Amino acid sequence: MIRTCALTKRFGTNEVLRGVDVDIGRGRVTGIVGPNGAGKTTLIKILLGLTRGDSGVVAFDGVAIDGDPSYRSRIGYMPQIAKFPENLTARELFALLRSVREHPRGDDETLIDRFGLREQLDKPLRVLSGGTRQKVNAVMAFLFDPDLLVLDEPTAGLDPAASALLKDEIRAERARGKAVIVTSHVMAELEELCDDIVFLLEGVVCFAGTVDELKGRTRQVNLERAVATMMIREVA
Amino acid sequence: MTHVVRNVVEYQVRDAVRSRWLAIYTGFFLVASEGLFRYAGSAEKAVVSLMTVVLFVVPLVTLVLGTVYLYGAREFTELLLAQPVRRGQLFAGLYLGLTLPLVAAFLGGVGISGLLHFPELDAARGAFATLLVVGAALTAVFTAIAFVIALRSDDRLRGLGIGIGVWLLLSFVYDGLVLIGVAVFADYPLERPMLALTFANPIDLGRVLLLLRLDVSALMGYTGAVFQRFFGGPFGVLAAGLALAAWIAAPVALGARSFARRDF
Repeated sequence: MIRTCALTKRFGTNEVLRGVDVDIGRGRVTGIVGPNGAGKTTLIKILLGLTRGDSGVVAFDGVAIDGDPSYRSRIGYMPQIAKFPENLTARELFALLRSVREHPRGDDETLIDRFGLREQLDKPLRVLSGGTRQKVNAVMAFLFDPDLLVLDEPTAGLDPAASALLKDEIRAERARGKAVIVTSHVMAELEELCDDIVFLLEGVVCFAGTVDELKGRTRQVNLERAVATMMIREVA
Repeated sequence: MTHVVRNVVEYQVRDAVRSRWLAIYTGFFLVASEGLFRYAGSAEKAVVSLMTVVLFVVPLVTLVLGTVYLYGAREFTELLLAQPVRRGQLFAGLYLGLTLPLVAAFLGGVGISGLLHFPELDAARGAFATLLVVGAALTAVFTAIAFVIALRSDDRLRGLGIGIGVWLLLSFVYDGLVLIGVAVFADYPLERPMLALTFANPIDLGRVLLLLRLDVSALMGYTGAVFQRFFGGPFGVLAAGLALAAWIAAPVALGARSFARRDF
């Protein structure tokens, strides 16, 4: 679906990515993990085109993205921080997102109903609670039937019921052959959701493979321990 | 205008129209011009005082609101950039989405009051119309400068500080420096350099344009006569109009370039 090849990025003297190769496959949920400052956010921002790499290639469906924004019509993005123009309503926000797309695919409003957001759609976003805003944020990512979902800390701020609903939706998208990228600080959650793990450490991929491979290689029974072991081993 | 620009502008305008700060800004101009029209004595005096208020308040408020707006819209900008949108289109949408409501608020506040006092405006009508144009142009100038500042500095406080610094520089320090220059080079003919220096500061350019529409330019002495001769003719007005347009276009181009190149 989307892959990078020898991707590098530096901010001043700080080399954030030092030759990153990842390949995100269809019908799979890929978790991006790593300690703070490992380059997770930068990698996601480069995939979305918010930031540009210094060298290397990002290809979407085999075509290098070279300043052409059209590939993004096939991406649904859920940012980590749900901060929107305060006086707009959720309905207006969705309408704006729809209007900037040339040919929006069928509206997937199932999440609006499942989250019980119908009654909140016409209230100014400023009066909504943090959790409700995070639900609006989640709905945006799924709205236009995207082929690739990029979810940055998707369950942060959601109550358990909403969180479970969202995870069900992610699994349903995977079953329909969509590619999903998730970041999270909660390893148990990633273990529950992910097929593949990309482990970033100091700007390089130090592991890419299935969750089971990672557990096998580190001889640990759960993802959290496996990641911790990997981190200690690499630093030592 | 592409559909992306139009839609971003539309929703940004909706957001601004419902906000408290825009209502306060409109109300301020309405109250200020009403007060001046009623109590200044003559319409001409009211327009001169209103000019002082506008040249003082519009750049300051626009610079502060412009930087705060862009910093506040940071997450929303990132969300929109993750959509199939070109950066130039999004920049145009964000810029017009702030400039248009600010211009409308200024024109609404001052303009309504002007309409109410239209009969007594009389000879000052030309000056009043110039005031509306200058105020709208300065809004476009300083929104663009605010965008350049906010795009080049990631630190909000620093950006706000630079904005206020630019305002102090163009509103006070610049005139002080010009005065020192005049005092130092008092023995030389300074009319032409003064004319050139006026073009280098959009606030001064606005002030000169307004004063020349009023009879007070006699107070400016020989320099005033030179200015009157220059700006009184069609060439001078054209030059001033082009200069204000350049003062809008240059920071807009600079901002668009920063917006297209930067990492979010």
